[in-house]
Amino acid sequence: MTNTRKIWGLHIAVIVIIGALHFILPDYHHGLLARTMVLALFAMGYNFAFGYTGLLSLGHALFFGVGMYAMGLGITELGLSPGISILFALVCSLVASTIIGALALRTAGVSLMIVTLMFAQAGWYVILYFGSITRGDEGFVIPQASRLVAGIDLANSENRYLIALLLFAIVLLITLALVRSSFGKVLVAIRENEERARMLGYDVFSYKLRAIIVSGVISGLAGAAYGILFGYVGATFASVQYSILPLLWVLLGGAATVLGPFVGTLFMTYLIDKASEITEAHLLVVGVVLVLLTLFARQGIMGEIKKRIAPWLP
Amino acid sequence: MEFGPNLILALIEGSVLAAVLTLTAVGLSLVFGVMRVVNVAHGEFYMLGAVLAYVIASMIGGAPAIAFIAALIIAPLLVGCLAALADIVILKRINYDPENTIVATIGILYIIQQITLVTFGPDARPVEAPFNHRLSIPWFEFKDGAWEMYWPWGLGTTSYKLFVIFAAIAIMVALWMFISRTKAGLIMRATQLDRDMAQSFGMPVDRVNALVFGAGAALAALGAVLIVPIQQAHYQMGEEPLLLAFIVVIIGGLGSLPGTIVAAIFIGLSDGIISIFFSPTLAKILSTLLVAFVLIFRPQGLFGKAER
Repeated sequence: MTNTRKIWGLHIAVIVIIGALHFILPDYHHGLLARTMVLALFAMGYNFAFGYTGLLSLGHALFFGVGMYAMGLGITELGLSPGISILFALVCSLVASTIIGALALRTAGVSLMIVTLMFAQAGWYVILYFGSITRGDEGFVIPQASRLVAGIDLANSENRYLIALLLFAIVLLITLALVRSSFGKVLVAIRENEERARMLGYDVFSYKLRAIIVSGVISGLAGAAYGILFGYVGATFASVQYSILPLLWVLLGGAATVLGPFVGTLFMTYLIDKASEITEAHLLVVGVVLVLLTLFARQGIMGEIKKRIAPWLP
Repeated sequence: MEFGPNLILALIEGSVLAAVLTLTAVGLSLVFGVMRVVNVAHGEFYMLGAVLAYVIASMIGGAPAIAFIAALIIAPLLVGCLAALADIVILKRINYDPENTIVATIGILYIIQQITLVTFGPDARPVEAPFNHRLSIPWFEFKDGAWEMYWPWGLGTTSYKLFVIFAAIAIMVALWMFISRTKAGLIMRATQLDRDMAQSFGMPVDRVNALVFGAGAALAALGAVLIVPIQQAHYQMGEEPLLLAFIVVIIGGLGSLPGTIVAAIFIGLSDGIISIFFSPTLAKILSTLLVAFVLIFRPQGLFGKAER
């Protein structure tokens, strides 16, 4: 009981602190934190499949890209209103993750990673192939007039921060509730010992598929939110780099911890930002951090805290 | 040009791609077969081979042939040593755990690529071919009741491109001899069949790992040195061969060398044909989807045998 209170208290406190920072932070950090929160959505979605269910995907850029392009093309090509276009993005990522999940989950381990990577690469090439509509690598800007949702101007940096915080809070609390539910516990059981879970009578495939769908829809939401909040849609966001980044954020923050994805994203965003002031080869830090993580810190930041200080962390 | 000459051109370009792809993919397949490790940094070893070829060729200067031969020998050796070092320093220490190895090699990918960006710069740079004669190819057409020979404009190749194809064949033959006829090759095959058994028989499995990882990277670099007079050396050039090598290794059946060679020829030729008649992007869409479906429905590869 006390643990339950501690856990919910901690996560709500994190949301409140980020809310308070809105009034304190200087412009530069304010903008960076808003971006971090949107990307952390993506990381939380990824963590659901990778951290809790143990599915190593290298294709989540596809879900992020599907969300982003469904939203963007929904506005520019289909003439949807921004609010509807985000719903449209959620539906599209639901469909995409169901199809990809149903196919890819017939494999496991390294094969799963390659299958998801190949689907994501195919998706990226499709975006490039239909360059006349998607404008390929160049991407397109979402006109400011289309960035009004329920009278709120998303191009305004204050609104952007608050909307990002709202989405972040919703997804964080949903994730927390899910991983503490019996559904989440079964996912962990599957990750730890798939055969045993099957013997106990759980339909492993169906659980894994649902995990991929939750993960894909959250990633799609992240893509749509990123596109509409920052007003740009481009093929880079569907490239393999955006499949590697959520993996990196989750590993750094701590896989299978609720706060880990945010911590990892925050840390990495600042690290890459600082590095890009020094050198154009700022992705070097991505490589170094990945190698160091595998060598010295398998658990990531929150994972180490969980192991050493607070074993009650979810 | 008409359909026929276009097809010949596509076949020649496809064969050059297939030749280089065979070397790159066999390197990847060797590493997977013996070490059970997926090396995501493979494309960067390829890129490093091309970049080093440029550096070596411009340091030596003089006749293009001598500079090229020096590059062909030195660049793969350097790349192989670097890869063996990465194996000892990083991969061995994480015990080749499959998922951690993927993460670590992604890290190595970025480290190599970004260090090249800082030192070599963002520009694409050419290496001069040792020889480069233009060869035109005649075409025959049945006209007015008789065969007529003519030289379609644009139908042709270069002597260097033919050399690339023959060099790749020679290297594959040498590799096959090495694996099937030498003691080192025997130890490699033993490790591939049963790692624990090989270790209990006192085989230096650690050294085999470093050697195989180095050799795999050196093969990729060798392919890159061969291609660099046709394409240019660039710090991002590793991406495409990595993807293609993955495609080939999976379609050919993971770890199977003959399967890999057949698949490299299949993918190289079909990529050449689809690229010329439709679009290179379409070729990539089709081949990535093919790989995904092969892994899902026929995990032993299109050309591999099912495991017992």
